[in-house]
Amino acid sequence: MIDPRTLAYDFDEEAEGFGEPPRVERPRLPLDQKLCLGLLGAGLLTLVAQIGGTALSGTWGGMALSWGSIALGTSLWFWRLYAGTTPGIKHDGIWFRSALSRGALGWLAGIFMTGMYVLIYWFPQVLGESADGPPTGLVATVDPLAQLVTGYPASRWFLYGVLYTTAILVFGVRMFMKYRHSRYHQIRTASVMVFQFGFAWLLPNLLVLFQKPYMEFNGIWPLKQNYIWPEKWGEFTGAGAFGLFLLVWAVGLVVATPILTYFFGKRWYCSWVCGCGGLAETLGDPWRQLSDNSTRAWKIERWMIHSVLAAVLAVTVSLWIDYKTTGAVYGSWSGGVRQWYGFYIGAVFSGVVGVGFYPLLGNRVWCRFGCPQAAILGIWQRFYSRFRITTNGDQCMSCGNCSTYCEMGIDVRSYAQKSENIVRASCVGCGVCASVCPRGVLKLENGSTHADRYEGSDRPLDAFVKSLGIRDR
Amino acid sequence: MRRAQLRSPRTTHAIQTLHVVILGNGITGASAAVRLRELRPDWQITMISGESAHPYSRPALMYVFIGHMRYQDTKLQEDSFWPKQRIDLVRDWAVELDAPAKRLRLHRGGELTFDRLLLATGSKPNRFDWPGQDLRGVQGLYGLMDLKLLHDNCEGARQAVIVGGGLIGIELAEMLHSRGIHPTLLVREPAYWSNVLPEDEARMVGRAIDAAGIGLRLESELAEIVDDGTGRAGAIVTKAGERLEAQIVGLTAGVSPNLDLVGDTQIECERGVLVDDGLRTSAEDIWAAGDCAEIRREGDERNLLQQVWYTGRLQGRLVAESIAADSRAAGAAPSYDPGLWYNSAKFLDLEYQTYGEVRPGGRGQESLWWQHESRQMGMRIALAEGDRVAGFNVVGLRYRHEVCRRWLSEGRGLDYVLDHLGEANFDPEFEPRFEPTMATSMRGARP
Ligand SMILES: Cc1cc2nc3c(=O)[nH]c(=O)nc-3n(C[C@H](O)[C@H](O)[C@H](O)COP(=O)(O)OP(=O)(O)OC[C@H]3O[C@@H](n4cnc5c(N)ncnc54)[C@H](O)[C@@H]3O)c2cc1C
Ligand code: SF4
Ligand code: SF4
Repeated sequence: MIDPRTLAYDFDEEAEGFGEPPRVERPRLPLDQKLCLGLLGAGLLTLVAQIGGTALSGTWGGMALSWGSIALGTSLWFWRLYAGTTPGIKHDGIWFRSALSRGALGWLAGIFMTGMYVLIYWFPQVLGESADGPPTGLVATVDPLAQLVTGYPASRWFLYGVLYTTAILVFGVRMFMKYRHSRYHQIRTASVMVFQFGFAWLLPNLLVLFQKPYMEFNGIWPLKQNYIWPEKWGEFTGAGAFGLFLLVWAVGLVVATPILTYFFGKRWYCSWVCGCGGLAETLGDPWRQLSDNSTRAWKIERWMIHSVLAAVLAVTVSLWIDYKTTGAVYGSWSGGVRQWYGFYIGAVFSGVVGVGFYPLLGNRVWCRFGCPQAAILGIWQRFYSRFRITTNGDQCMSCGNCSTYCEMGIDVRSYAQKSENIVRASCVGCGVCASVCPRGVLKLENGSTHADRYEGSDRPLDAFVKSLGIRDR
Repeated sequence: MRRAQLRSPRTTHAIQTLHVVILGNGITGASAAVRLRELRPDWQITMISGESAHPYSRPALMYVFIGHMRYQDTKLQEDSFWPKQRIDLVRDWAVELDAPAKRLRLHRGGELTFDRLLLATGSKPNRFDWPGQDLRGVQGLYGLMDLKLLHDNCEGARQAVIVGGGLIGIELAEMLHSRGIHPTLLVREPAYWSNVLPEDEARMVGRAIDAAGIGLRLESELAEIVDDGTGRAGAIVTKAGERLEAQIVGLTAGVSPNLDLVGDTQIECERGVLVDDGLRTSAEDIWAAGDCAEIRREGDERNLLQQVWYTGRLQGRLVAESIAADSRAAGAAPSYDPGLWYNSAKFLDLEYQTYGEVRPGGRGQESLWWQHESRQMGMRIALAEGDRVAGFNVVGLRYRHEVCRRWLSEGRGLDYVLDHLGEANFDPEFEPRFEPTMATSMRGARP
């Protein structure tokens, strides 16, 4: 018989939390870290001063002092922060930090980021864009750069591009240092930095400078929904030999998608090339643990993402029918649909919700729930690809790190603890589950065939048809 | 291979619906419950535990404390899983077992009768009657209660001493370290965990401990824990007379099977609850598995006491088959086959895996060791007679379970293994590979 006095159970483990550490005095920051913060602070101050309209505004000097200092200060801060630690997983205290665990600071960050998108999309005048005359305010702070690379005064879209690219580069430095024990993460981070800077920012802006049709070279239909719409097609064909090249590029990528996905999985695009993925993997990384990994979320995800795919297919087809029949079938209706898609999916979903909600719903909201490109890549990956995450025998001890840090909300553990491989449509191959696993259970691999990934994977078409029963695998 | 032993026993049709009570919701109890449901869709299954309402991962305790995860992230399944499986979860402590009457008395919830009972009560931290072990601030690390206690004990603490150089000790050190408390590990042996790890591996772990800024006192034993005057630990004194300040004293000198409930029953026990190879105890309709069970072996083989995660899972699945079987008739019930030994751990940032039999300190076993000249990386191949490979130790590298299992079960020789070493590598893509260097260096070390 057990003496009840020795028993302790009058606590609620669900509510307990086990340990937000008491607020202790922080050790004083070393001088070099203070300098990084100083640089960042000085940058912010000069930025505010310029928005107010000082003489610096719209000059190279002003840009260097504001954006330059902010970017440099933040990069150096991250560099220094991680350089002072031993290489390895650095997730201590994440769930105790308000900004990273949906606390008050997290909500503030979410509201700030959402707010930025709202301003960019709907209140450009607040940012200083003006239809007639030179830009002022925030937009003017990047004007010299705009003049240089595009030959035009800065617009809100130019500002957005600069901010977006800078965020990927600066937080890319953070990823480099955070994962300095992992070549996989370093190489894929370098890849998204290069693709964003070169393919999605510099080259497209140069197209503007040389009066060519605009195109981001790492964008593919249906993510860039209009790249194969009749209107864009007309732009391309009207731009001579170079236009033809752009058209071949745009169509070529659509064709290459299934082939590359067969060999490497969805990751070749989602966590190596894509701009949205690039931002999620860099700026978004601190919030990856917020992605909901319940089966309910998975169900919502499947319905939403495939609905968006159906919508973009329908819009694309209707636009072409409309074009070929010179409006006889759908008439003005197709134009409305096009605008509707561009607004709700292209702007509201991918921007305001997709990025603005990083600090609340995790860093892949758009990629999980909204991106039609991810839907297509996912279908290939799930049924006809060599990529899988191999589970190392029976080594899993169900700790849950993998599921917690999966940005796509995949319950990785539910497969690993059954010694099954992970073959899921949504996996973007970021590789973080494999890195955080304390028992080395997971490995991302391209096998030598698609047929050995799970039972029935040798008959992809059958597996696909079976899955349409809309049941959990 | 392993699948074969887990296949359903030959089931005759269930004649009646039975009520199976599973005591303990650790990995053993949870695995048994899930497997039993597969085998017996119509039986009633109740799983009782006093520690938590839902099964969670005990090895993940440290990650909750250092803020990598929340408690709910460590649950083995979503909450809705259990009702869907019709497995009733009861959060209560069983305080008395009446084996002949097939009755359990619960602390809060009255009495519960069963047709069949599984004891999966796990283990308890060892205590060695050290003077001062009941002071405030002195504790072990086993379950959620300890996590809560540690959280409270951390308040105002600056230094800690952890007694015992095993896996849990280093986890506790890492936990305290994350709260800015300076821990020192007190280890009786001349190197860290050297009753399990060969010297080279133990030294590597020692280096990782150093690099993290954690103290390590080798060949030191605890003599007493000193009261700080308020009933709380203030320092410890070693047998050599050294005094170390410590407001927290962690006792992690191993675990022993939890026999609290069976202590005053007729059920036979030695170190653990004694069971046969179908995991049946000496009492009718009562089984035991996991950390608390001690499996009898024939002849002069030592009884099996396996207290790790995967054996809990394996025994849990097997005991479900044994419970589901209708009779003890030969062939009707399965028997436990422990299979190839393996395990893995992480010491701070250093990963470690072991497959097969690698004895510490040589102990009559020849082995070959390769170590990277600057990185924390090493690999050992242990040999048996005739150059047959007996086991692997890998540090700072990952190896493939399937491949190692195959080689060891096929009795592959050293030459074959060195020729094919690359197949065993499980490191992430793009990591540098050292297998050719390993093979050359190991071949060179042989006469
Ligand atoms: C901190 C820590 C880290 C570990 N890390 C690893 C690791 O990395 N790898 C590894 O292989 N192993 C590890 N282990 C060991 C591993 O966790 C155990 O072997 C495993 O949990 C045993 O499972 P079990 O189900 O047999 O028992 P337990 O997990 O101990 O579960 C027993 C349950 O029974 C309940 N119980 C007991 N008595 C009663 C009663 N009278 N009434 C009601 N309920 C009762 C308890 O509350 C407990 O929840 C670790 C252990 C600890 C403590
Ligand atoms: S399953 Fe792993 S690799 Fe895939 S998205 Fe999730 S964390 Fe990344
Ligand atoms: S992180 Fe590793 S050990 Fe933990 S649940 Fe995932 S696969 Fe299993």
